[in-house]
Amino acid sequence: MTKENSSLTPKKVPSIYPSRTKKQVTFIFLVILGIYLFSMYWTQREMVGGIGGALGNMYTVIEKFFPPNFAVLPALLDPMIQTIQMAIIATTVAAILTIPLAILSAQNVTTFKPIYYVTKTFLNLLRTIPDLVLAVIFVGLFGIGLFPGILALVIFSLGILAKLVGETIESVDMNPLEAMRASGGNPLQVIWYALVPQVLPQYTSLVLYVFEINIRASVVLGYVGAGGIGLILNQQLGFYNYPNAMAIIIVIFVVVIIIEYISNKLREALI
Amino acid sequence: MIEFKDVNLVYPNGTQGLKNVNVKINDGEFVVIVGLSGAGKSTFIRSINRLVTPTSGSLLIDDEDILKFHGKDLRKLRTKTGMIFQNYNLVKRSNVLKNVLAGRLGHTGTLRSILNLYSKEDISLAYRSLQRVNIDEKIYNRADELSGGQQQRVSIARVLTQQPKYILADEPVASLDPPTSHQVMTYLRKVNKEDNITTIVNLHFIDMAMEYADRIIGMRAGEVVFDGPVSEVSERTFEEIYGRSIREDDMRGGANES
Ligand SMILES: Nc1ncnc2c1ncn2[C@@H]1O[C@H](COP(=O)(O)OP(=O)(O)O)[C@@H](O)[C@H]1O
Ligand SMILES: [Mg+2]
Repeated sequence: MTKENSSLTPKKVPSIYPSRTKKQVTFIFLVILGIYLFSMYWTQREMVGGIGGALGNMYTVIEKFFPPNFAVLPALLDPMIQTIQMAIIATTVAAILTIPLAILSAQNVTTFKPIYYVTKTFLNLLRTIPDLVLAVIFVGLFGIGLFPGILALVIFSLGILAKLVGETIESVDMNPLEAMRASGGNPLQVIWYALVPQVLPQYTSLVLYVFEINIRASVVLGYVGAGGIGLILNQQLGFYNYPNAMAIIIVIFVVVIIIEYISNKLREALI
Repeated sequence: MIEFKDVNLVYPNGTQGLKNVNVKINDGEFVVIVGLSGAGKSTFIRSINRLVTPTSGSLLIDDEDILKFHGKDLRKLRTKTGMIFQNYNLVKRSNVLKNVLAGRLGHTGTLRSILNLYSKEDISLAYRSLQRVNIDEKIYNRADELSGGQQQRVSIARVLTQQPKYILADEPVASLDPPTSHQVMTYLRKVNKEDNITTIVNLHFIDMAMEYADRIIGMRAGEVVFDGPVSEVSERTFEEIYGRSIREDDMRGGANES
């Protein structure tokens, strides 16, 4: 016993990770650091005037944008409301459409493999299309306005939401589902009684999260013609009316912060 | 009456879960299935409500071969076979009453159950079931606020609310301490006697099997290797079923503590 003990003490204390792992991690770290340094150098070279020039430009830009013209505030109310409406309608539609898609893309509930794979592939495809591209396409199809924006947001947020909710469903406790099935419940009853209570808080929280994303996205989408405050911002910048544009930017900033704050509080209360 | 006739079950991976099982269980019996882990106890019990499906033979329940059932037939079969699980299988975030009412799902239309439109009789049945296992004061508690023994009592109340003809209990006390185990077994036994519900319980504790069973069925490697009344069972019988000598952890103990 004593012999074994002494052999373990001071001389050789093993480190937490094997030395091979340590070497690998160090190597990967150095490679990544190298990539960073190189890309910093490269972007600087491409930039006329480098970082110093950018700081100079910044001054001119700031000078043009300030002071913001808050006299336009009343005129901003309607487009801002439009933008928020766009996000609300799109989030609501996506939240409803998500339910069947999320269930069908959850491996533990949808045991029929072909349906599971088809849904999963469909959702993956949805997510590969950027929201801006969707908006540009729909504005092309339906003309400038809220409708193409809403459509773009629905598809965009459906991709995210159905994936996240689907993964939540895959992580539920399957035992109660088995109990409901064993007591003669049909699939709909099993889902309603054993699955819904388990995913409802997480689902609500994810819907709010996607709503936050949609508020920001709907501003950007407005910029390519999908109506709302983004459209107005684009117009003002086009007229070189920078003080007006600055007022719009500040309004957007404040509204987004307020909405995110409320949404965050709600989500905290849920979980 | 439940009748296994030459029942075999081979899992997709080739494991033989049941092997030439021939067993007849009469109405009102309290049968305990014993056997080591992996002997096929769960497979046996889960064949009866078709959570698993035997691959050959016939399984008659009230003279109907249930192996042909699907869809509506299957749900009707499951409505008359209540099940109790090792892990209670309650919806943890739902309250006790809602969990117990879930026992009525098979008797209730989809729309009514989704809208929570249970009849007065159903709700009072659920409440009386909770009273029978002495847990009615927890009616509005969330299931995850209860102890293991309390959760298992709620799951017994759920099964009572289902008003089944058969109760299948798969290792109902494996996650409980000795005194609580005896309490749960006592409730099961009481329900069996009072309501004349045929009860089949999987256990691997010898002393509990001896104390509560009318009849013991011993399984090893998917086969029924013993079947007889408790009066015919001795320590020797268990040694034959288990294929080894009896150890201390084959006993739950604690009968006099409860
Ligand atoms: N779904 C399954 N797929 C494959 N093999 C299984 C499955 N379920 C159980 N088995 C196997 O079948 C045998 C009997 O299992 P089980 O009925 O659960 O035994 P017990 O309940 O007595 O512990 C074991 O060898 C087990 O590994
Ligand atoms: Mg088992």
